[in-house]
Amino acid sequence: MSGKTGGRSHRNVKPEGQSGMNAVDRLSVFKTYKLFVGGKFPRSESGRVYEVTDAQGAWLANAPLSSRKDARDAVVAARKAFGGWSGATAYNRGQILYRVAEMLEGRREQFATEVAAAEGIPRPKAAARVNAAIDRWVWYAGWSDKVTQIAGAANPVAGPYFNLSTPEPTGVVAVLAPRDSSFLGLVSVIAPAIVTGNTVVVVASEQAPLPALSLGEVLATSDLPGGVVNILSGKAAELGLPLALHQDVNAIDLTGADGELAVELERAAAENLKRVLRPQPGDSGKGAWSADPGTGRMLALVETKTVWHSMGV
Amino acid sequence: MAFDYAPAPESRAIVDIAPSYGLFIDGEFREAADGKVFKTLAPASEEVLAEVAQASAQDVDHAVKAARKAFETWSALPGAERAKYLFRIARIIQERSRELAVLESLDNGKPIRESRDFDLPLVAAHFFYYAGWADKLDHASFGANPRPLGVAGQVIPWNFPLLMLSWKIAPALATGNTVVLKPAETTPLSALFFADICRQAGLPKGVVNILTGDGTAGAALVAHPDVNKVAFTGSTEVGKAIARTVAGTDKKLTLELGGKAANIVFDDAPIDQAVEGVVNGIFFNQGHVCCAGSRLLVQESVADELLDALKRRMATLRVGDPLDKNTDVGAINSAEQLARITELADAGESEGAERWAPACDLPSSGYWFAPTLFTGVTQAHRIAREEVFGPVLSVLTFRTPAEAVEKANNTPYGLSAGIWTEKGSRSLWMASKLRAGIVWSNTFNKLDPTSPFGGYKESGYGREGGRHGLEAYLAPSSPKGEHA
Repeated sequence: MSGKTGGRSHRNVKPEGQSGMNAVDRLSVFKTYKLFVGGKFPRSESGRVYEVTDAQGAWLANAPLSSRKDARDAVVAARKAFGGWSGATAYNRGQILYRVAEMLEGRREQFATEVAAAEGIPRPKAAARVNAAIDRWVWYAGWSDKVTQIAGAANPVAGPYFNLSTPEPTGVVAVLAPRDSSFLGLVSVIAPAIVTGNTVVVVASEQAPLPALSLGEVLATSDLPGGVVNILSGKAAELGLPLALHQDVNAIDLTGADGELAVELERAAAENLKRVLRPQPGDSGKGAWSADPGTGRMLALVETKTVWHSMGV
Repeated sequence: MAFDYAPAPESRAIVDIAPSYGLFIDGEFREAADGKVFKTLAPASEEVLAEVAQASAQDVDHAVKAARKAFETWSALPGAERAKYLFRIARIIQERSRELAVLESLDNGKPIRESRDFDLPLVAAHFFYYAGWADKLDHASFGANPRPLGVAGQVIPWNFPLLMLSWKIAPALATGNTVVLKPAETTPLSALFFADICRQAGLPKGVVNILTGDGTAGAALVAHPDVNKVAFTGSTEVGKAIARTVAGTDKKLTLELGGKAANIVFDDAPIDQAVEGVVNGIFFNQGHVCCAGSRLLVQESVADELLDALKRRMATLRVGDPLDKNTDVGAINSAEQLARITELADAGESEGAERWAPACDLPSSGYWFAPTLFTGVTQAHRIAREEVFGPVLSVLTFRTPAEAVEKANNTPYGLSAGIWTEKGSRSLWMASKLRAGIVWSNTFNKLDPTSPFGGYKESGYGREGGRHGLEAYLAPSSPKGEHA
């Protein structure tokens, strides 16, 4: 706890300084940020936290410093949720993703404040990013019952068979969320993974995890079944390897891994031939995540299943 | 009283195998840089068919350089012109299909009936299918004007040598890539004959390069820094090593690996059809099939009836000379593979499963393994978990559809599965629950160039065949759509 304090001044109507307490000001209530695993809000099993600061180094909160065991627990939760979520109708999944947007719409102020603090950007810019993130949920919500139609095929095989290819979710996806886009980037990697029926274990941006942990609170009240999205805060370097090696994880998105870590994790992911999304040059820096997301992220996390139905009388 | 079949051998005279072959690099055959060679055998007789150059890392480099140089002009060619080269190749394959079928049966050991009626027609069909895509890529849903990746390094297995070559080369060339392909060590000949077909078709030099050799040549190709795309079909173990090798590079990777498919027979299935499907599922191509139905899951109530019928049918399988037109099961491809099958079958016995094989006379020379089934197999047995890649069937039973799904999916593989039932709604329900890339309902081991093929989980990633098969060789026009 060596950093500056007072970073949560936004919680008060008036700024709360080191000596700002007087009889009129109300002392704000801090939130204990917790993980989001299996639809519940546990602390790290390790009991560890780390200090999260704003861009100026002022203390914002103590976030859970997740352990390898937390990562494994999250994978168990994600696997448990997979059958139900992948078996839900596309219409139902679309409704739930849209519900996330609805829930966020009412909490735009809170997220704009958190994003501004997390990313060190002016409030209006943060508000615009939150708006874009909400719109992104809406964009992906609409894809739920269309992705099969653009990625599937009826194949004219040379024989008496009805031959149909359809995309199916690949399974449990580990996601290292973008490091420098704490909310828009985060939503941009979660939504395309879950819309097709995958379940995810997300490692939030290490420097800016608070918007991600707050997103858990929104997901918990959006009819999303527990375990579909699991959010961990901590170090990508510590959590990445156990996730990349995990035998019950089917794919890993390395967007939030820096060069060296990404290579190490891709190599580890070969252990059970996880599908790997490598970091893309366009996924960091100026303007990242603001462009039309396209279908690439959704289609990278589906498997094409082809069924041959024998025809005859 | 059984009647004996008279021998009905296909003539070898149609194929002219040279005593030695070089590497096909930049449009011409040449010796390996270090002059090394190896022999390729006919597995049915252990006869030496030819001596073949053993590519080294230096040869890989030469081939990749030739492919890189050819890429400039090949990728700039209008799609319609690339298409015509592929159509030419398809036609020449049809013209020479009997010669190629005999060659394939000699070098691989598979029955001529299969190389003639299955492999070769599909090889030609694959080139025809992708030829037609070459000038239609703007319509393939990968963005406007999708670009080729560059040089593709392709490594293929020995079970369907020419068919796997077509799966690799046809989509690569259609999309404007150039290729360096390494056929399997034990089956190099049909790829070398394909090089001659490229010559006949007038294919520009360097567009297709064929390197014969062992695993070290394949490893050098995969690791070559100027290769943009790696496509591999083979074992899961090697596939994992390749995935490690390409980690941290920009190479795009597709892997088509092993399988342990469940062939699931319900009590309402037409038993005779199901038995044919089970036999075809595991004994087709000596069981050297990644999508082979190596686990029979039969509903308990019909298990005895089905097993009796299956054993009766297995007793009629004719094992022997691959060039005999009446042969059902040919030779095991190599001594090494025979040792692996033998070891796993022995493990099946020692772990407590009951082994059965029909009485059958096996030739005295060559590599042979009688069609074999195991009953009393549990999910923990090695023969129920590991890919045998031979004519060995493990039989397990189930009571409910849910139990069948659970057992079928209880494997790190996820390539294929089969369902035998007369009930349409059950077939559709099962198909949706099975975690496998290909599901056959009331059929098995069917392939088609229009139909995407590839696995879930440790059976690999990416698809070959169909519109989906183009993706492996294209860079989408929008960088946002790009992914590994």
